Formats: sequence, C-alpha cells, structure tokens
Amino acid sequence: MTEVAQYVVNGLSLGALDAMLALGVGLIFGVMRLVNFAQGAYIMLAGYVLFFTIEAPWAVVIPLTVAAGVAIALITERVAFRPLRGADGSTLMIASFAVAFLIQSVIVAFEGSGPKSIPIWSLLSESIVVLDVRIPVLDLITIGVSACLLAGLWLFLTRTRTGLAMRAAAEDFEMLRLLGGRANRVIAVAFALSGVLAAIAGILLFSKTAVVDPTAGTNPVLIAFVATVIGGLGSILGAALGGFSLGVLTTALQATLPAGLSSYRDAFVFGIVIALLVFRPQGLLGNRAEAQRVI
Amino acid sequence: MQQAEARVGGTLLDLRSDAGRLLGRVPLVLALTAGLVVICLLVEAYGSDELKTTTITMLINLVMVVGLYTFIGNSGVLSFGHASFMAIGAYASALLTIPIVTKSVLLPSLPPFLADASFAPVPAALTAAATAAVVAVAIGIPIVRLAGIQASIATFSFLAIVQVVLSNWTDLTRGQMTMTGIPLSIDVIGPMLWAVVAIGIAYLYKQSRSGFRLRATREDELSARSLGISVGRERFVALLVSAFLVGLSGYLYARLVGSFSPENFYLEVTFITLAMLIIGGRNSLAGAIVGPVAVSVLLELLRRGEDGSTFVTIPTGSRDIVFGALTLAVLVLRPDGLMGRRFG
Repeated sequence: MTEVAQYVVNGLSLGALDAMLALGVGLIFGVMRLVNFAQGAYIMLAGYVLFFTIEAPWAVVIPLTVAAGVAIALITERVAFRPLRGADGSTLMIASFAVAFLIQSVIVAFEGSGPKSIPIWSLLSESIVVLDVRIPVLDLITIGVSACLLAGLWLFLTRTRTGLAMRAAAEDFEMLRLLGGRANRVIAVAFALSGVLAAIAGILLFSKTAVVDPTAGTNPVLIAFVATVIGGLGSILGAALGGFSLGVLTTALQATLPAGLSSYRDAFVFGIVIALLVFRPQGLLGNRAEAQRVI
Repeated sequence: MQQAEARVGGTLLDLRSDAGRLLGRVPLVLALTAGLVVICLLVEAYGSDELKTTTITMLINLVMVVGLYTFIGNSGVLSFGHASFMAIGAYASALLTIPIVTKSVLLPSLPPFLADASFAPVPAALTAAATAAVVAVAIGIPIVRLAGIQASIATFSFLAIVQVVLSNWTDLTRGQMTMTGIPLSIDVIGPMLWAVVAIGIAYLYKQSRSGFRLRATREDELSARSLGISVGRERFVALLVSAFLVGLSGYLYARLVGSFSPENFYLEVTFITLAMLIIGGRNSLAGAIVGPVAVSVLLELLRRGEDGSTFVTIPTGSRDIVFGALTLAVLVLRPDGLMGRRFG
C-alpha cells in the first residue's frame, strides 16, 4: 500500500514537471507553429546559471535563473526565429535544432563538456514521513510550484487579451497573422513564458539530479515534444495534459514493468507515442485540423 | 497526353522514354561524383594518414547524407531517426566482422549463428545495410502514414527507442560499454567505391517512377493523390532505400573508428548530417553530395585554424559554433541550400 502511495506521489511530481516542460513547447507551437527544440537548451542554460549562483540565497538564485531563461528565450526569438516566421514546419524545426546546437557549443567552448555537480539546498534532499509513506520534499515542492505556475498561466491565458490571443492562435494560426501588429508582442510573450517555464522546470529538475552538463536539456525536450503531441498539437491545455499523462505513464510503467524490462521503460513510452500518433494523431485534446493522416 | 516533354531544371527531357528519364540529370551528379573520385584518388596516393582519415570521414558523411536525402529530399518529410539506421549498420557489421576469438570475449552470450560469423568486407557491408533496411520495414509501416510534424516526431521517438534498446540489450551490443575490436582500415579506395555505389543507388531511385511520384507528393500532395499516387507506399520505398544507404554508412563508420557506443548515434550526428543536407540543398542529390563535401572542407579549415596552422587562429570550440551559426544562416538566407531549388 505504501509502495503504491509512493508511486502516486512520484507520478504526480513527474507529471507536474513534464506538464511544465510540455507547456514550454506547446505555447511556442501555438503562436509560431514551431516545435522548439531549443527549449532543451533554455533548460540546460538555467541549470548552468543555477550551478554558478547556488551559493547565493535562494531569493536571489531563483529570480536570476528565471531572468536568464526569459533572456535566452527572447534573444533566440529575435535573432533566429523572427526571420523565419511563416517558414514551413520542418525548416523551423531544424532551425530550432541549430539554435540548440549553437547554445550547446557555446557552453562547451566556455565550460567544457564535462558534468558539473550542483550542491543542492539541504532542504530539498529531505523527505517527510506521512502515514508510513516517505515523501521527498522536492516532490511536494514540484507539485506545489507547478500547480501555482499552471494556475497563474491559466489566469493569464483566459483573462488577458494577450493570453486570449495566444489561445486563439493555437487553435487557428491564421488568426494571429490577421492581428498584424500585435503578433510580435504575442509571440514575444509566448517565448518569455516558455523561458520562465524552462527556468523553473530546470531548477526543479536539477535539484533532483544535482548535476548539469551541456546535453542535460535533450531528454527534457524530447519528453516535452512527445507530451505536446500526446496532448494534441493546437491545444495549450492539451500540452499540459499531455505532459502530465506522460509523467504518470512513465511512473506507471516503472512500477509495473517486470524487472527484466524496466530498463526499457523509455522504449515502451516512445512506442506508445508512435502508436498514439498512428491511431489518434490529434492527441487527447487537439483539433482535427492539426491532425493529418496521409492515408 | 501530348505534352510528354518537360523542362526540368533547364534540361529538356523526353519523358516518353525511360532512357530520357534516366539520363536527364546525369551531367551534374556525374560531374560531382567524378570530381569526388579524383579527390579521393589523390588523397590515397599523396595524402598523410591524417588527411586520409578526414577524407574517409567525409565519405562516410556523404553516404549518410545521400541516404538522408533519399528519404527527406524526395518525400519532403523531415526525419530525425536516421542515425538509428547508421547505428544498426555499425553494430551489425561489428557482429559480422569482429574476429571470432575477440568476439567470444566481448560478447559471450551471442547466438551461434552470430558468434561463428566471420564475413568478408563486401558481404558484411551488404548484410549490415540490409539489416537496417529490414528494421526500416518495421518502423516504416506506422510512420509513412503520418503527415508533417507527426511523422517527424515519430522519427524522433524511433531514435529514442533504438537508443534505449542498444543501451540495454547488452548480450548483443555490450549496452553502454564500447563495442570494439572491429578490424580497422584506413584505405580510402574502399569507402570511395561504396560512396559511388551509394550515389548510384540514390540516383537510380530518384529517377525511377517511384522517385518521381514521391517528389510529386512533396510538391503538391493533394494533386498527387488525385492522380492516384499512393503517398504511403512511395514513402515506404524511399525509407527502405534510404535506410539501406544509411546502414551502409554505419558499416563504413565502424571500420574507420573500430569502436563506438550508442551515444555516437544520437543527437550530435543527427544534427550534423541534417545540417550538411540543409547546407548542400535538401531538394537534390547534387545538394546531398555538395553539402558534406563543403562542410567537411570548412570544418577541416576551422580545425586547422584552431590548431593555429593557417593564417588565422581561432579559439577551441569555435568550430561547432561556426557550424551551428552557418546552418542557421543558410536556413534564414538561402533555405534551399547551396544547390538551390531543384527538382531532384
């Protein structure tokens, strides 16, 4: 029983984290039809900022990391993605791949390719015991922080004009283009939000793993990609739901796969993703317009 | 159909005759291949070992990118998963060519037909490439039915799946430990001949009816479908041919480096080969040839610059930065690459 509870907490925490990752990709996809591979680089960069500033009090570290995330997101939008607006999907994707590679190469040039260990705050590595269940504090914080963040994001997307424009664009891209002058702002805000999500997800992620290296962003962004597709391209809520489901699915597989197969867990997850793409290309919440099948 | 002639890229083709179709694009690709052969012969005769290694690396990239083009260029669908075919080719050739004694030490739990296998180079290459094509059948069936972004994400998933399988199937692959012991060769002529073969196969495919039909779907899918072209089937064929070619590059890679592990076939090689295709021009076989050659020359110059042996010295690590920036610049300024917008 306690083991199940353990897995539930794990699943919720991982789901919350993956939801944040997925939203970072989903928001940008909504406004630009760009599947932003550079999101991983934003996360990795946040990790390095964390590494460099960890000695400072957390009231300094967290805003600094978030600012770094926002900055890199906005810079890449201005320099790399704005000139490519309107280009077809594969061009945009490769461009984001190039941006990610570029950021990674800069980090390698300055900091080398080896891992850096991050001495995480002692609070985060503790666990509390509730009814015989050992719950890591970090899991609770992850769930709490993402809940707040997602609530704030939901308010923004439903109550502000920019947020509304973002949701509308996600459903119907032509609409954003018709907005003309406001498009720049909507897109910039989407990138900034993705930067925030990347930074916070990075802080939570690297607090758990306690190490960062130049390739640390690639796994998270892969998860974000598939989560966005699972949730349905063209739905921001879908991205969050997709991320959450993916985290829960991963934990469930971890719990249920027989011992010999558990190391293949990720292969099963990605296999399920491919199956989902074949049988339900619009994902959980996507609209049919985004889903195309050749046959 | 009266209009059976077409001006394709400036060359008058008589589409009524197969000969006209097959010979249409020969001049450019043939010239590029001939130039490549000349360079390789010169390197083999006069080059230092270091230069030979660089040239062989370029040839490996070339075969890989030609394979990539065969799918991506003809179908217009971006694939992030082809590095997996390279991995399959490399691991297959390892299993077939590592000396039996070494093999029994490195991989004690192999089934007999693999443990006792000892293939000569050419059969090993063909078998390794064929293995990649067989795997392509399995992944092709779901993937070729998907459109655009879904297909690309599916190929990404495929890359991740193969990575996990290779890292964990320790009985077959030594898992994350290095697979080593493959007989090395620094001969340039072998890879050169394979490169010519690869270009030939890619050319024959792209000039075939299937290739033309597939490019029609790339240009205007709806019209192509209205003509009765089966998009899924044509993509499937392209995927098999491209997997074969990329698997072949895996064989060449294995015999150059002698040892590797799964991470050599993940994101870095995926980006580098995609970038080479983009820079050369993803729409044409000529682009698939020019891209790797041009990029290899540039990277080599940059590497020498880092070493300080040419006229300008640049800091270490700049090579990758320049490469990434160059790719981005090409995407923004000239998305059709060096060879521009061609028909094939």
